[in-house]
Amino acid sequence: MINDKDSQKIVDFIKNFARKQSLFVMAYGTGCGAIEIPSTMTSRYDAERFGIRGAATPRQADVLLITGYLATKTLKRVIRVYEQMQEPKYVIGFGSCTINGGMYFDSYNTINALEQYIPVDVYINGCMPRPESVISGFIKLQELIKQGKADNGKKYLENLEWYRTNQKKIIKNWKMPDYNW
Amino acid sequence: MEDLALKIFGAILTTILGFTVGMTYGGIVRKLTARVQNRYGPPFYQNFLDLLKLQSKNSNIAHGFMGHMAPVWIIIAAVTVLMFIPILNGNLWFPNMSFHGDLIFLLYMMVFGSLGMALGAGQSGNPNSAIGVSRGLSQMVGYEIPFVLSLVALMIQYETTSVQELTQIQHETGIWNIFSNPFAFLAALFASLGMFRYAPFDIVGAPAELASGPVSEFGGKYLGTMMSGGAIFAFIKLTLYVHLFLGGAGNPDNSGIIATLLGLGVLLIKTFTLYMVPVFYGWINPRYRTEQAIRYFWGWPTALGIIGVIWAVYS
Repeated sequence: MINDKDSQKIVDFIKNFARKQSLFVMAYGTGCGAIEIPSTMTSRYDAERFGIRGAATPRQADVLLITGYLATKTLKRVIRVYEQMQEPKYVIGFGSCTINGGMYFDSYNTINALEQYIPVDVYINGCMPRPESVISGFIKLQELIKQGKADNGKKYLENLEWYRTNQKKIIKNWKMPDYNW
Repeated sequence: MEDLALKIFGAILTTILGFTVGMTYGGIVRKLTARVQNRYGPPFYQNFLDLLKLQSKNSNIAHGFMGHMAPVWIIIAAVTVLMFIPILNGNLWFPNMSFHGDLIFLLYMMVFGSLGMALGAGQSGNPNSAIGVSRGLSQMVGYEIPFVLSLVALMIQYETTSVQELTQIQHETGIWNIFSNPFAFLAALFASLGMFRYAPFDIVGAPAELASGPVSEFGGKYLGTMMSGGAIFAFIKLTLYVHLFLGGAGNPDNSGIIATLLGLGVLLIKTFTLYMVPVFYGWINPRYRTEQAIRYFWGWPTALGIIGVIWAVYS
């Protein structure tokens, strides 16, 4: 009865519903996109009605929101934050800069595609995306969670070698602690 | 044997009641805060969803033994204190152990949860946690003084330390302690502002300043357990205040189902009204610094507490 396939389905449904309706967001405000987060959270667009609220530390967070371009220097911090988060964890790439580099595509010290370094669940296009599109991106993520398709934390562990190789190409002085996440 | 079974049933019932009410109040406060800020706000059951999500996290990291024990410690402290609080005055369904515990014991036990939190946060090694713990203990030094003074005033006035007896006296005479010793009540009310840690006294958690303070290294199941413990503690403080000052709830002579439900309704109305005081105060205030908070508590609240003690001696 307990290890039955159907009962596991019910448990998964309840778990996914709770995960979907309660997203603690770690907003990693690197670029110009950070300014869109307050307007998304405050009274006009009010993301809290979907259960989205800010988390103060990576340990408590579910969603890592990368808002804008990533300098090679900040990539190291993003990786540390991502690895400290507890599974299941999701990443939202925010703005054109995380997709293909955006207006910084030929810059010497920004990375171009975020998914080369950490797995990304949802991209939100735009430069900058308005709060409406941010919320629509979150709802897309909620749909993925509901269908049980958002398990990129597992994917990251499986393909750790590949991600590490990519990360070490950018970060020359690799002095990072090993995490037992 | 039947007596024991009833007691165990009552204990489980009390725990479920305290947990549900505490979590729901937290959710209602989130909704109300959102409405005040002209937002739509999360549903009132959002806290339950958050808890369910935290408990269904796949990986949970602990930083050593105390970090593992801290949430357990908090929830043990919460349930233990809950057992010594009279939920309904003399009701058969919530017997618990309220008759045997007294106010001095409660004063000690209520700090137990914070102590567990402090030890767990200390082991995580996060500087934010250490600052949060030191702030929390400083604030506790602040609000405990008016709180203890108001309790001492009650003890002197009725020459008893039992919560049950204090409630019974109010029930028999029909005069609530809020009227018989208003200064003690005011001091305790000011102390409750610090206890609930809403603004301006949210210096421990301090979002955007301390990264949630002592709990900053706790995630997943640990955070969820701490949340449940905190919810039960909120219910404990409110119920204790209601039984000490607001005449308590429930009829000791009648434990029928209708009387019990009526008593619970009265308890909910009184606790919710009391809970709104720190929440309303928080809506219109920014955050204090630690020394400002301590100065606040050692000012008028302490003076009111001393007046309450003098009132109790000479009335």
